[in-house]
Amino acid sequence: MAGILTLVEHRQGVIRDITFELLTLGRKIAQNLSTQCSAVLLCDNAEKFIGQLKNNAHRIIVMENSVFKDFNAETYQIALSEILKKENPFLTIIGHTAMGMDLGPSLATQMNIPFTTDCMDVQIFDGKLRVIRSMFDGKLNARILLKDNPSYLVTYRSGSIPVETGNLDAEVVKLETPINAQPEYRKFIEYIEAAVGAVDITKADIIVSVGRGIKDKANLPVIEDFAKVIGGVIGCTRPVVDAGWLPKEHQVGSSGKTVKPKLYIALGISGAFQHLMGMKNSDTIIAVNKDPNAPIFNEADYGIVEDLFKVVPVLKNKILELKQTKA
Amino acid sequence: MNIIVCIKRVPQTAEADVKIDSTGKDIIKDRLAFDMNESDSYALEEAILLKEKFGGTVTVVSLGYPETEDTLRIALAKGGDSAIRIKAEDFDEIDGYKTAVILSSVIRGLPYDLILTGCMATDDYYSMVGQTLAELLDIPHASLVTKLDITNNKAQVYRELEGGLLEHLEVNLPALVTVQTGINTPRFASLIAIRRAASKEIKIVGKSDISKDIISNATLEELFYPPVGKRAEILTGSIDEVVTKLATIIKEKGLI
Repeated sequence: MAGILTLVEHRQGVIRDITFELLTLGRKIAQNLSTQCSAVLLCDNAEKFIGQLKNNAHRIIVMENSVFKDFNAETYQIALSEILKKENPFLTIIGHTAMGMDLGPSLATQMNIPFTTDCMDVQIFDGKLRVIRSMFDGKLNARILLKDNPSYLVTYRSGSIPVETGNLDAEVVKLETPINAQPEYRKFIEYIEAAVGAVDITKADIIVSVGRGIKDKANLPVIEDFAKVIGGVIGCTRPVVDAGWLPKEHQVGSSGKTVKPKLYIALGISGAFQHLMGMKNSDTIIAVNKDPNAPIFNEADYGIVEDLFKVVPVLKNKILELKQTKA
Repeated sequence: MNIIVCIKRVPQTAEADVKIDSTGKDIIKDRLAFDMNESDSYALEEAILLKEKFGGTVTVVSLGYPETEDTLRIALAKGGDSAIRIKAEDFDEIDGYKTAVILSSVIRGLPYDLILTGCMATDDYYSMVGQTLAELLDIPHASLVTKLDITNNKAQVYRELEGGLLEHLEVNLPALVTVQTGINTPRFASLIAIRRAASKEIKIVGKSDISKDIISNATLEELFYPPVGKRAEILTGSIDEVVTKLATIIKEKGLI
């Protein structure tokens, strides 16, 4: 049986967590199919990464070259297309991350292999590949059957599988790098760190976070009053930043801050996957939303199905009252 | 500079109650509002801003059903110069790959320096059409872009990575860029512009104009409601009652 390939994702000298999720999945699938799971490592210094990967794959396929220091979808595609031609894997798994999204579609198109994105589960039966993926703003799941083919490529959503450490001892297979320089037509220049804002919400014990449900910037003072009373800082979802209602430094989620406060109060937040990724490890989560089916209620500990503007002023007064009795 | 923008008309599901229809493969749409996909509206705005800066044309292309023409007219009212609807009714099992192949066969015949798309459609969640289209057209791409500058036939693009880190790339034109939300502030079309756009011609392209067989890579077998996770304890009662319960919980946990 042809094997499973999983792509190692690293950035700024660190292997990213998604890699170990992909390897956990890859090993499980390989075991079911009685085949091998290989980690594909494209980097400038393999030594420092191999130790972390060794237990987690049957093989580590390495291309070591300074051109792979920083991710460039184009250099990765050139390298991976060579590796895929050589290995003929049954399945290649890439993270559904900023890196995987940039790379996966064009690689699959070049190789002419069936491809789908953002998978939360991958099922193989009788050589056929089915995946479970999210649709319609995350409100529904879909089961998708990929076209019958000897080889497939998918991107896999982070947080979909609990990481397990393997007990393998990988064979390291070093391959020649097909390129030595970035192509002229697409060059990585540099990383630019997110601007440091006035507040660091990752250090707060209490975060009062708002989503589209606040409707307008003019409604922010009500929330800010409440946050002040409860002793919290303001967080928000991506649409709130996109609308220009709050600066980016308040954004919680995969492209914003990852937070783990003692208390996270989600007001008018439906719970897009990208937002949940940034806050689901909070100690206690309270959600207020009008829609009883909002995904946020699947992550929250306590929920109120109600208009946030009816709840917040009353809650503010109640908290004030409790604080005063305490004093 | 000639810019092509690919847009999609999608049901607005972010704040809506979404139900599966009797086929089990689609959603009940009669109570949903439809509009231009969110990131596509940012892509369109970016195209219009570039046109205002450098001159040239903005052509808006959409694979969609007849109602998509309403969305295309809004795009024209905002500043698009011409619009093409590719008849979705001519195709079945349209997945992300098939969409890209259909778009590529129409776009290949058009002049362009830059193609812009949204980074993801909120209905099918693929995030793959733009990148696939670029590969089919054999031009470089960059996805999830939150800043774009054009100088000397090169695009300086800034991709948004996890944690808000930006990846600065230099890409030669012609190129395809998938635009992330927040890159700009999409304008509203004025009533006068909407009225003017009502009489503008929209070019219609069908399957017979596309001289090749296009197969899907993926078949949607079934939609289902996501399994309920740990599920919150929903507090019930009057506003006063639920708030009292909540405040008590907050206090008991020592959070205030």
